[in-house]
Amino acid sequence: MSMRRPSFLRLSPKWAPYVFISPFLILFGVFGVFPLGFSLYLAFQSWEPTGGLKAMEFVGLANFAFALKDPWFWTALKNTLWLAIASGVPQHLVALPLAAFIHTSFKRLRDGVIAVYFLPYITSTVAIAIMFNALFSQDYGMINAALAQAFGMSHIDWLHDPGRIKPAIAFIVFWRYVGFNTVLYLAAMQTIPGELYEAATLDGAGRWRQFFHITLPGIKPMIFFGVTLSVIGGLQLFEEPFILTGGKGGPQQAAMTSATYLFREAFAFNDFGGASAMSWLLFVVVALLTWATNVAFRTRKGPQ
Amino acid sequence: MSASSTLPRGPRTSATTRRTVLAAGLAAAVAPGVRAAPARTLTVAAFPLVDQIVKDAIPQWSQRHPDVAINVVMRQYDDHHTAMTTALSTAVYLPDVMALEASYVGKFSDGGGLSDLRQPPYDIGRNRSRFVAYAYDQAINRKGQVVAAPTDIGPGTMLYRQDLLERAGLVSSDLQPSWDAYIDAGIRIKKATGANLIGNVRTFKDLMIRSGLKKGQGLYFDSDSNVLVDTPRFHRAFELSLRMRRNHLEGHLETWSNEWAEAFRRNMTATELGGSWMVGQLANWVAPGTKGLWRAAQLPEATWVSYGGTYYAIPRDSDPARKALAWELIEMMTLDPSRQFAALQTQDAFPALLEAQDAPGFDEPLEFLGGQRARELWREAARRITATAIHKQDKFAEDAVNDALDSVLDNGVGIRQALTDVARLLELRARR
Repeated sequence: MSMRRPSFLRLSPKWAPYVFISPFLILFGVFGVFPLGFSLYLAFQSWEPTGGLKAMEFVGLANFAFALKDPWFWTALKNTLWLAIASGVPQHLVALPLAAFIHTSFKRLRDGVIAVYFLPYITSTVAIAIMFNALFSQDYGMINAALAQAFGMSHIDWLHDPGRIKPAIAFIVFWRYVGFNTVLYLAAMQTIPGELYEAATLDGAGRWRQFFHITLPGIKPMIFFGVTLSVIGGLQLFEEPFILTGGKGGPQQAAMTSATYLFREAFAFNDFGGASAMSWLLFVVVALLTWATNVAFRTRKGPQ
Repeated sequence: MSASSTLPRGPRTSATTRRTVLAAGLAAAVAPGVRAAPARTLTVAAFPLVDQIVKDAIPQWSQRHPDVAINVVMRQYDDHHTAMTTALSTAVYLPDVMALEASYVGKFSDGGGLSDLRQPPYDIGRNRSRFVAYAYDQAINRKGQVVAAPTDIGPGTMLYRQDLLERAGLVSSDLQPSWDAYIDAGIRIKKATGANLIGNVRTFKDLMIRSGLKKGQGLYFDSDSNVLVDTPRFHRAFELSLRMRRNHLEGHLETWSNEWAEAFRRNMTATELGGSWMVGQLANWVAPGTKGLWRAAQLPEATWVSYGGTYYAIPRDSDPARKALAWELIEMMTLDPSRQFAALQTQDAFPALLEAQDAPGFDEPLEFLGGQRARELWREAARRITATAIHKQDKFAEDAVNDALDSVLDNGVGIRQALTDVARLLELRARR
């Protein structure tokens, strides 16, 4: 016996696609489009948040003018770029040969080795920050203890010295994401046909030449993807420096990234308008650098 | 509304069956003495220790209002204040009573999001003389509104290691005449014991810049938002901090870090400057093993400074039907001497209510301080401290001045240059 559903429960083919896509659209609207629009609106307002939504006052471009004159905004941007380069470039320089090595040298153990490299990526940032806080401790940390043991170095104040905290954070970010990039490159390398390597071997090409002339060109789209993710992620770096410095930017703001500064500007200094303007300026920087990455990876046409 | 009107009706006796008898018996066994769930709930948002103080008061509250439950929502200190900022900005999920740390009272006071407690039904003004004067004054905003009621305070004090001072041939009064004398004593302590005078030089600087402030004066900005950083008060604080660094008298340790705490445990820190609540912190987790070795004294150079404190506020847009009840709870927490005294006994919350400071047993010997009756010192300090004016950029100014001090101590930047730079930075924001 077949049961017919009541008419109000029946979905006409005309509406079905919209209904099925609506969960995403609703969530995207609430958590994506609305905050974006609200922050754009806030960027033109002066707002004492504890006074409620009615306390907003239109100030035109004053927040943008303030952000561009604010030395801490520029300090944060410089720190962000420094960290993005110092943590991002080594990630790819290590991940590429590492992926090639795993690809060619491991057969049965490959999945296990990849899992080990991938582990930091899926570990909670808070746990990572707490662990590195202990490791980098000046007097009781294992890193200083190891350096003293191996090289007789005196104890370094990694987290409270403006010259040291940036490399410490860059190292954590590198450690965390190198496995992720390795997995990306490994996946791309598996798509390169084995015949190319066989032909190259017959032609007398060694492993280096094969790497530079077959592997690298073969995974170029993935390198572009990985580098783009690193550029965007690096410019939005928040969790690691925030937790390591207690959200206060570290000594002389040496570890204050743009994203952590935006958060402080809004929630510690109560300036939501200024923070929103800065976030849109940061968006412009991210967009420009992503575009520059795209240009750098664009296939150049040879002379006709 | 009477309590009886809110009670649910009992089971219909005419339909008594074996099942209903069993069910009634089970209900009685599971909840003995509970006749009905409270009809209303007051929500109190608080941060650690304040939440416990409120929870401890629930039995007393329940006797007065068996039909009104108290729901204490606890978040960690920073999260709590971020959540309160968000709640006030959107007027959503507002608690009936909001605990606020002293610095946030200043930050929130001019936003207009908190109820003016001078107005009926609160009428806090008639109890003004019962509070420690500066604590009450600190909750008055620019419009003269009183936006929160003080419950506990942190009178500034100098804690010192009696044994280390003795080994250096010093007594506490040697440290007290002036801040220079304090540093001179530190040099002798370092020489005799190897211990640092203080763990973090910022603690010292924070005190120095508050030294000599007049009632109603601002710390970083005056009432017209003029920047006060490039002034003798800051120059002296920086000069003495530099003198401390050059004589290796400070541990260069981040306050509250593991290293900072470990230095106390290993007898490497001879003094600490802070609120009276610091005794509880040292005794409970920082260095319980040093019990009996510490003593308290007034701060050097007759400096009277407050270190934080806690207030209760009622959000302007919270449910009007519960505002009178919310105020009744605040009154119980802040104006009932027995509750204030209980908070002192259990959580070291120094009372903002003057009567509680005169209660029998208030000045009991403190075991951690070797039996010293230190609370009388803090009572005196509390009565001498005056309120300072809060500016909405104070939090930024504090971070910027800390950076300036670091640049002087770590990078050798001249004091004049560092203070000129930070003044310029603050001027950019002073009127935002």
